[in-house]
Amino acid sequence: MSDFQVKVAPKKYDAIIVGSGAGGGMAAYVLAKAGLKVCLLEAGPDYDPAKNSAQLKNPWDSPRRGASSKYRPFGEFDGCYWGWEIDGEPYTQTKGSDHFEWWRARMVGGRTNHWGRISLRFGPRDFKRHSIDGLGDDWPIGYEDVKPYYDKIDRLIGVYGTNEGLENDPDGIFLPPPKPRLHELMFKKAATGINIPVIPSRLSILTKKINDERGACFYCGQCNRSCKVYGDFSSSSVLVKPAVLTGNVDLITGAMAREVLTDKEGKAVGISYVNKSDKQEYQINAKVVILGASTCETARLLLNSKSQKHPNGLANSSGVVGHYLHDSTGAALGGVIPNLMGRKRYNEDGVGGMHVYTPWWLDNKKLDFPRGYHIEYWGGMSQPSYGFGMGTQGLNGKFQVNGKTKEEGGYGSSLKEDVRFFYGATVGMGGRGEAVPRFENHCKIDPDVVDKYGIPVLKFDCKNSEYEIKQAKHMKETFREIMHEMGAVITWGDQDDASNNYGLSNPGNIIHEAGTVRMGNDKKTSALNAWGQAHDCKNLFCVDGSVFTSQADKNITWTILALSMRTSEYILDQLQKQNL
Amino acid sequence: MDRRNSIKAMFLGTVSAGVFLEACKSEKTTVAAVSDADRMQEEKDYLVKINAEPKFFDEHEMATITVLGDIIMPKDATSGSASEAKVPEFIEFIVKDMPEHQIPVRGGLRWLDLHSFNKHGKSFVSCTHEQQIGIVDEIAYPKKAKPEVAQGVSFFNKMRDLVTTGFYTSEIGVKDLGYMGNQPNQWNGVPDDVLKHHGLAYTEKELKECISF
Repeated sequence: MSDFQVKVAPKKYDAIIVGSGAGGGMAAYVLAKAGLKVCLLEAGPDYDPAKNSAQLKNPWDSPRRGASSKYRPFGEFDGCYWGWEIDGEPYTQTKGSDHFEWWRARMVGGRTNHWGRISLRFGPRDFKRHSIDGLGDDWPIGYEDVKPYYDKIDRLIGVYGTNEGLENDPDGIFLPPPKPRLHELMFKKAATGINIPVIPSRLSILTKKINDERGACFYCGQCNRSCKVYGDFSSSSVLVKPAVLTGNVDLITGAMAREVLTDKEGKAVGISYVNKSDKQEYQINAKVVILGASTCETARLLLNSKSQKHPNGLANSSGVVGHYLHDSTGAALGGVIPNLMGRKRYNEDGVGGMHVYTPWWLDNKKLDFPRGYHIEYWGGMSQPSYGFGMGTQGLNGKFQVNGKTKEEGGYGSSLKEDVRFFYGATVGMGGRGEAVPRFENHCKIDPDVVDKYGIPVLKFDCKNSEYEIKQAKHMKETFREIMHEMGAVITWGDQDDASNNYGLSNPGNIIHEAGTVRMGNDKKTSALNAWGQAHDCKNLFCVDGSVFTSQADKNITWTILALSMRTSEYILDQLQKQNL
Repeated sequence: MDRRNSIKAMFLGTVSAGVFLEACKSEKTTVAAVSDADRMQEEKDYLVKINAEPKFFDEHEMATITVLGDIIMPKDATSGSASEAKVPEFIEFIVKDMPEHQIPVRGGLRWLDLHSFNKHGKSFVSCTHEQQIGIVDEIAYPKKAKPEVAQGVSFFNKMRDLVTTGFYTSEIGVKDLGYMGNQPNQWNGVPDDVLKHHGLAYTEKELKECISF
């Protein structure tokens, strides 16, 4: 290949960041605002919700009517490019493992363009789980180390909620929450009646304007499409855009990182990447290298960055990179509320997510599994899209429609009546719990497979343990009780039992994966120190979910943001002291 | 429609991708550039590709889908029919987009014609309305249907699903349903009369803490 060459950019940056999601976006924001010259690499195309969101589209605006496709597994209006599979970028599984489902976003802002905006702080106990139940490891930091950063991002980004004084669900600086919807009041009444708390959710959605760059929420219920007025948090709109506006950031899209480059002493010097549009190889040098490519992609980059000084992959003398991979647990169940059938119509969109939720409320000492879960509730008169009205034959024989008993199935005006009658009566709930990170659960480089850019791919070997399975069993029991209290009829999720792990999701499926480049005080059992800095390479940092020692039953984005801000401020401090 | 204008209209969000594709086709454009700011390049390329494919259903199949569609979702006092809501066009698109529907729908349509031929000596669309309803009644009620028409029941279940979802995601269908969202709003909680009807109320804590307009 005589025409093969690597183009080295002449400019040397203060920092190069891989990935523009929550972690990378926050690092770019903090460093650029401080005046550093930053290169931000993103594997996907540019994306600005103001221009590219499908917000306020009607189902009939697309011939697909909002159905999912391989490009958008959560529906074609969803704000995330790609998902479980990407053309030309395979990943593989070890035989006998649970199938790890790996979600990958390829776009500026990453997954934050479509996420549920559930913005929960970890509590004091979440950082010290080993001390409590003897499983896994404690973080090298505690709530008191992260609290100032949670406070800062609450103010910078905006989150609604209420201060409830719960020890492990810390208070924050909250905007007012929206009032519960009708089915949420029903959930609340039923659950609190059996001593399960239901409190306002905590979502990063602006129920009030917080600055002139962003508008307030206008209650279309479509946060998953990303918001054209920036009324919710996406890294693209809230972090990357203002970072680029400082003039200190060169954002390079379509840049698929191949390797972290190191010098003879083992220090990081930059990143090599493939430009997806011209297919050429490029190299960019910087004083500091920051990885926010996502939990597994960051591990893949490190494992693919082998050198004489780092024969095991970069930052991996401990051998933990790729290990301790864990996702939230998940199980769900749903049905219909007869009292909601034939209901009065009004605009019930609300914010793009639940208005109330249940934080973990029990004591594990009295249970047969460790760690907890929170409950998310769904329902309401939402916008119909592909799939709406399907399976009506499963309902219209079971419930009287406007006082009439009908034969299951049917057609015609009678079927139209049924669809109208059942609309808005469907509800569901899902548990999101804490898995115990274990060394055995890992991803590693597949020795036999490369992607279309020639980059060796990940091979997953992950299995749920008894801990997670028992948690799912408990979720199902709880959900049944709540449904019963509410007078609801369960239509799905009730059949799960030991034969299918009580409906427990495959690891990866909940898309909260973390732990592959974990932090710790002991360099023999962790890859990063308490600042997210590699033990083996002082100018290399990780700022995504990979750094998590354990992940609580809280969605991890708010903590990724807080830790990325903390790491970025540490980088500024260390650069000033010339320690990097 | 002029291509430039249709792109402009699209950015204003007033014209659907479907309309745009139709507009391109009427210009006899072989490769229509689908411009949708919310779609990534790979999605646009894919839509161009499947819209350039020849029609999946032949005229007879489309005629059968149209008759069947209007039996499943007829015009009534509230709203129009499946064909008025362009459900047959939706089904033509969706079987290309989701090829798993192709064999069950095509095979089911043939099953229907054979069943109709055995009974009445003609295809389903050639039957009188009463004869068509007679056949539909045999396969529209899964619990009541005779075992020998089981394949017809499966086919009808699929058609009921596709027609219902196609209808209720059309403009006519969404209006029929009474969905009132997908527009700027100020959520101020459940209306008082609805709360009262269900014997529910907001707590003082909620009224104090939550945003009100």
